[in-house]
Amino acid sequence: MTLRSRSLRKFVNLVALICASVSALIGIFFLVWILWEITGKGISSVNWEFFSELPTPPGEPGGGLANAIVGSIIITLLAMVLGVPIGILAGTYLSEFGHGRFADLIRFITNTFVSAPSIVVGVFVYSIMVVPMKSFSGLAGGVSLGIIMLPVITRTTEEILRLVPVGLREAALALGTPYWKMVVSIVYRAAKTGMITGVILAVARVSGETAPLLFTALNSPYWPSGLTEPMANLTVTIFNYAMSPYEDWQAKAWGGAFLITAAILAINILSRLFAQRGSKK
Amino acid sequence: MLKNRGRTPELLFQFLTRFSGSFILILLCAMLISLTWEAWPSIQKFGIGFLFSTEWDPVRGNFGALTTIVGTVLSTAIAMIIAVPLAIGVAIFLTELAPFSLRPIFGTAIELLAAIPSIIYGMWGLFSLAPILADHVQPWITEHFGFIPLFDGPPMGVGMFTAGLVLSIMILPFMASVIRDCFLMAPQVLKESAYGLGATTWEVVKDVVIPYSKRGVIGGLFLGLGRALGETMAVTFVIGNAHELSISLFDPANTIASTLANEFTEASDPLYLSALIELGLVLFMITFIILGLAEWWLNKSSPGGKSR
Repeated sequence: MTLRSRSLRKFVNLVALICASVSALIGIFFLVWILWEITGKGISSVNWEFFSELPTPPGEPGGGLANAIVGSIIITLLAMVLGVPIGILAGTYLSEFGHGRFADLIRFITNTFVSAPSIVVGVFVYSIMVVPMKSFSGLAGGVSLGIIMLPVITRTTEEILRLVPVGLREAALALGTPYWKMVVSIVYRAAKTGMITGVILAVARVSGETAPLLFTALNSPYWPSGLTEPMANLTVTIFNYAMSPYEDWQAKAWGGAFLITAAILAINILSRLFAQRGSKK
Repeated sequence: MLKNRGRTPELLFQFLTRFSGSFILILLCAMLISLTWEAWPSIQKFGIGFLFSTEWDPVRGNFGALTTIVGTVLSTAIAMIIAVPLAIGVAIFLTELAPFSLRPIFGTAIELLAAIPSIIYGMWGLFSLAPILADHVQPWITEHFGFIPLFDGPPMGVGMFTAGLVLSIMILPFMASVIRDCFLMAPQVLKESAYGLGATTWEVVKDVVIPYSKRGVIGGLFLGLGRALGETMAVTFVIGNAHELSISLFDPANTIASTLANEFTEASDPLYLSALIELGLVLFMITFIILGLAEWWLNKSSPGGKSR
């Protein structure tokens, strides 16, 4: 190898590494910029009234997004009630009984569904629930988020259950434990931390969803009054307010954006800490 | 008798898990059937021509999907052109360059950023990025590259170009974290032996890490592609929503998802609604095929095949 080729290689190496570092810098720059803007523009709108009062018409001072916050929580809880049990059982099926071709098909569809466009789920729930019930509803919103949550939980559950050592299962089975009891009291218990983390991350993911709620829960300026009526929620409110021409509404949209970003980042960080602590035990 | 009592919960448990597993298949079929059913009036009226017509006239009841399909494909293409090299660069930085003590922090930061909801990217795009593009970037580009029809247009800040840019920033952390995971799977021994032979860092990445993780990386890029195709809120804010085909990237346009988000609740006429649902069906098919290909590709690539 001649000296020239060596310096050329070093030069190419330098250029490539600079390019990689620059792309990392570009990425970090944009993402810091986004968080900066959200915090800078949003934090001033977040005060006590923001959490406790109903929205006011544009131009009227004061008011908050309390109904939307409550509505978002209700819709997310509904989604959990629907998505978590089925997701965990489906994940159990794939990890414990899923060997054949049928299971491969289910696994394939689940993995594909994880990234399927959420707006299409909204259209689907619109046609199976909103049209027959003749009303947008918080229930439909919960169902659409539940459907989006389902494959995420199925996948994480399967991955985590597979990590439970075979020896542990065999030991329980050798003692004469029925298979279902072995899964429930040994495998689930061993994988508990991971499963909870998976559920929390799935909840964090759907709580930022907007598109499917546009045609299911819609929105409302009132307190949530029943599951069969349109229900206020944070993300659709952010969308409507941000697109409105009124400055005070836009300010509230930034407040909502800040709140939801902070909540999702906090949930993510906490669940990671929780998972770390669990794995050290 | 005793034996039977033991069997019942066993069978019940198996049935429950199997049913839940099948549920997602049922869901997929239900989605295809119900979307087709609701879109039927439009499918019947416009036939295959729906996919090739640029007309979108709710007043006269004429609907075609071409502008939205082109918009979806074009905005995704712009996003991929920008985001793919950046994501690979970020992944190289994270796996080879960042100081060891900082790697977990950078890695977690990237994963956290991938979790930020898309509506946030949309708001930022509309209120922070678009004015800067309109005032500084677009006029400059038009002045210097305006002879290319792609860059000749009114500097409004919103439009196809901005949508592609915002999309690229949204999928960047997602793709970077997937690619990083793939890069990390390259065996340390191989890398060390390459270094031992005197290879530079770039040569190790180019000749060892990338070939080893190629399939996973391509699968990850496809996942990013699928995400960009179906993305709604980040695009709806900044694309400008116009049902027109335009050669200029600075003109407002639309995508399937943004059209649904904007017009769905306004569609009073049954045919209008049906056409919108058909758009949803088209989007579902496109993304499902792309994501399915990605999944098939990843399955083929993982050692040991099916069980990932």
